Amino acid sequence: MRIGVITYPGTLDDRDAQRAIRLAGGTPVPLWHADDDLKKVDAVVLPGGFSYGDYLRCGAIAAKAPATKEVIKKAQQGLPVLGICNGFQVLVESHLLPGGLIRNEHQHFICRDQKLKVENNQTAWTNLFEKDEEITIPLKNGEGGYIATEDTLKMLEEENRVVFRYLEINPNGSMNDIAGLTNERGNVVGLMPHPEHAVEPGFGPDTPVATRSGIDGLKFFQSALKALVNS
Amino acid sequence: MPKIIVEIMPKQDLLDPQGKAVANALTRMGNKDISGVRIGKRIELHFDREVTEKDIEEAKKQAKEFLSNDVIEDVVAVTVEN
Amino acid sequence: MLKKNKTPSGVDTVENAQQEPDKEQPWKELGLKEDEYQSIREILGRRPTSSELAMYSVMWSEHCSYKSSKIYLRQFGEKVTDEMKKHLMVGMGENAGVVDIGEGLAVTFKVESHNHPSYIEPFQGAATGVGGIVRDILSMGARPVAVMDQLRFGAPQDPDTARVVHGVVDGISFYGNCLGLPNIGGETVFDKVYQGNPLVNALSIGSLKHEDLKLAKATNAGDLVILFGARTGADGIGGVSVLASETFGDEGPTKRPAVQVGDPFAEKVLIECCLELFQAGVVAGIQDLGGAGISCATSELASNGNMGMRVQLKNVLLRDESLTPEEILMSESQERMCAIVPKKHLKDFEKIVNKWEVEYSVLGEVINEDRLYIDWGHEEIVNVPPRTVAHDGPVYDRPVEYPKYQDALNADSSSTLKRAENPTEIATQLMELISSPNHADKSWITAQYDKYVMGNTALAMPDDGGMIRISEETGLGVALATDANGKYCYLDPYEGARQALAEAYRNVAVTGAVPRAVTNCLNFGSPENPEVMWQFKQATAGLADGCQELGIPVTGGNVSFYNQTGDTAIYPTPVVGVLGVIDDVARRIPSGWQDDGNNIYLLGTTYDELDGSAWAKDLHDHLGGRPPKVDLKKEKELADLLHGAAMQGLIEAAHDISEGGLGIAILEASLRFNVGARLWLTELMERDNLDLTAAIFSESQARVIVSVGREDDVKFQALCEARGVPVLRIGVTDKENQAVDIQGLAKLELEGIRAAWGGVLAGLY
Repeated sequence: MRIGVITYPGTLDDRDAQRAIRLAGGTPVPLWHADDDLKKVDAVVLPGGFSYGDYLRCGAIAAKAPATKEVIKKAQQGLPVLGICNGFQVLVESHLLPGGLIRNEHQHFICRDQKLKVENNQTAWTNLFEKDEEITIPLKNGEGGYIATEDTLKMLEEENRVVFRYLEINPNGSMNDIAGLTNERGNVVGLMPHPEHAVEPGFGPDTPVATRSGIDGLKFFQSALKALVNS
Repeated sequence: MPKIIVEIMPKQDLLDPQGKAVANALTRMGNKDISGVRIGKRIELHFDREVTEKDIEEAKKQAKEFLSNDVIEDVVAVTVEN
Repeated sequence: MLKKNKTPSGVDTVENAQQEPDKEQPWKELGLKEDEYQSIREILGRRPTSSELAMYSVMWSEHCSYKSSKIYLRQFGEKVTDEMKKHLMVGMGENAGVVDIGEGLAVTFKVESHNHPSYIEPFQGAATGVGGIVRDILSMGARPVAVMDQLRFGAPQDPDTARVVHGVVDGISFYGNCLGLPNIGGETVFDKVYQGNPLVNALSIGSLKHEDLKLAKATNAGDLVILFGARTGADGIGGVSVLASETFGDEGPTKRPAVQVGDPFAEKVLIECCLELFQAGVVAGIQDLGGAGISCATSELASNGNMGMRVQLKNVLLRDESLTPEEILMSESQERMCAIVPKKHLKDFEKIVNKWEVEYSVLGEVINEDRLYIDWGHEEIVNVPPRTVAHDGPVYDRPVEYPKYQDALNADSSSTLKRAENPTEIATQLMELISSPNHADKSWITAQYDKYVMGNTALAMPDDGGMIRISEETGLGVALATDANGKYCYLDPYEGARQALAEAYRNVAVTGAVPRAVTNCLNFGSPENPEVMWQFKQATAGLADGCQELGIPVTGGNVSFYNQTGDTAIYPTPVVGVLGVIDDVARRIPSGWQDDGNNIYLLGTTYDELDGSAWAKDLHDHLGGRPPKVDLKKEKELADLLHGAAMQGLIEAAHDISEGGLGIAILEASLRFNVGARLWLTELMERDNLDLTAAIFSESQARVIVSVGREDDVKFQALCEARGVPVLRIGVTDKENQAVDIQGLAKLELEGIRAAWGGVLAGLY
């Protein structure tokens, strides 16, 4: 299974996303932002970073890139897309997901191991999780505050489109403690935390068992491979 | 040389954490009569020639579709400056 | 300066200089001394043009030429054995040192200061400090893979400290995170001695294959000199030689900013672009533009290769068209690199920079002459021998004087301080110490840094050293630690510098790695103060001797002088960074225990050494006497033991004992994973002849606490005995009772310790 990872100028976690895909058993395919050829990949990851230096708005310029335009088209046809952090911002700017992402409430960048609840395990990227499973995923951002209108929030909750919710601490002031969302169809998922940083023992979050041993993020990528096999 | 000025503000009913932080700071510095702060953007589009009606229409379109995110921002003005 | 008798274009040319030998020149305002100015006239055989004067003034400044420190820094290259040079691929004098780590891989690392700019404009000063050191690493042909920072601020409660703390931490966060480099450690120290002179040192490390090594030299006539990256603007003009408010003309804006402004996105793009250029093999030499900008890049590239250059300054892409040639030459605009590109590779070079949308311009070419010619249009404004600008700057032998206060200071031992009688008082002092800003939780700062990016961080704060995996195939990695204790160095700069080395060395050893190389950032007061020069002389000797004794070489570093306000200099603060190598990062050791029922051992011997300690300074405001003794032979034995034990997987956790003594070390190791311990100190006090205060707070060197699984006890103790390292069981880890229970002292609830230690910095800032 081939999963594309787009690199924009300023993207930072593309190589980490590629590693996560490899560890999950897939084949990562590097994609260039200026190229609208998605090389017939089976899914796409929009990785974290500071594309275009976060100029204008986070993800705003990346949302207009040729590769992104192609992803939007394919996503509307069912292509599984995972947007991580800056990738989530691109999905929101592209209107594939509703709402907006603004500066953290406390005005600082924050890097912490974040507890999340997986509330929707029916998406292409969460089907291997248990419903309401609690996982720990590294979070690192300065502009992660999710905002939306009353109506949008109501719709998201009623349609069970909140995929991840912050537990214990809301690190950025996101409304309704929303950490990640999905679209109607369940093929597009966006979240602020970084699952690609919790895939390899020794390099993930600390757990009570051993230091840096957390690999809760691996299931995101394994889920995608499972979804592709089943489709 | 002429410019088209686009002014963008965060939507009225949405949170503006930057504005809030600045308001708090101003209060701390003694400006107790300021009841709120909202922070927006001013974008200048520079031209090497005279600005036409068409340019203004195009700028309005770009303002809505790209220069602002209409989910969280409003374009409050598009004007010409010489 | 340019007004009278100028050519039609208004520029001071070489021809002018020849025709008007006696024109007044502002050499003094540019920071040069009279004899230096005369020296320039002798070298050139005429007066310098204003552009040449600008070049010499920045390149001969203290920051660029190391004129006050050169004679002492030589020791680092001289006190070196062949054995020490075994793994050294590139030593001092280049942009950064390069160390072989095996498997055909190498690592380049260096630490640098950006102190003065960070006091003036903390955010940009710290941000550009990170940017600058990362470019140094990049210019060696390496991919930067991590950063660390060493910060020293003034008194914690002083309002100006808050200004600096916020700006500096935001700046490092802003720049480092956007570059995509994990911040894997560093230090934060508060002391009123740094009030007007905060220290911001930044370290970066990069990895490369041996064959990818690049050097900053132009060696082939005909090769092109290409400036690429950000456009050149008015940043930092005069920042290096003097923060000049002088302008070079009466027209136009009068004040030029002396501060540099950084754009990390531009640098991230530059990094990717450069790495692709290197991969494509189109670059023969490369130099980053830091202090002294174009003046430095051109003269150094030429001089390093024993060649010359012909440059057309009008080809420089400008952000601000009003810049004069002198300003262009002195500009410290960030995110710029200068490459030497063979003509045949130009097309490929252009393809790659265009892909990354990086701007570039060909400034000129390398020539087979010992001359640097710079033209402004049709007029020659610079004609100098590059070596005299870049390498043959003035060398001072500044007066050195034993400080008048030194003897009294050393006689004023901490033994005059009254020690607490009962254990409750000592326990209170311990809690007071752990909740003071110097020992409290630093995560308010470190949580603002990304430690995950690149997915290779094996250890980061709060562990004792940072560790990065270099080879994903084999797990080969490197560990880094930086340390300096200004108080010890004030009491005895020679011993203090040795101690800084010993502590960084030990902090690498506790991660399980083997120390291999050293970098340093020497932060001192004014070199015009003979007592400061004495401190510098002592410290450099201490460090050089120490490195020789430990068998690890200094690969490069930085000197920052003039860290003083009026007559008050900072404590001599030689930050020492040690790099170590580990065959497989999977063997790394964290700094706190997680398992229940493991034995806790104290390695090393404890003496009654409280002079210069946190107990003395932070609790009694006393600084006097002599710093703890440093025994490098013992440090080496300890390090060898730790490495051997790590390779056999015998050690669960290892934490070095430093400021605050055993008491602080125990609390920190317990807080790491929130697992308590039960400890007893009577045996220790008997064996080493100590009272309770000394047992808890003494800062004796060459000591580490480790936790060992019960199944490995016998093996571990046997290993210690075989290697002659004193080992004493002092406790057992305890998951059940959420407390640190020190027999004869107190039972301290973990919750209470965390409450005292946790919110301190957040509360202040």
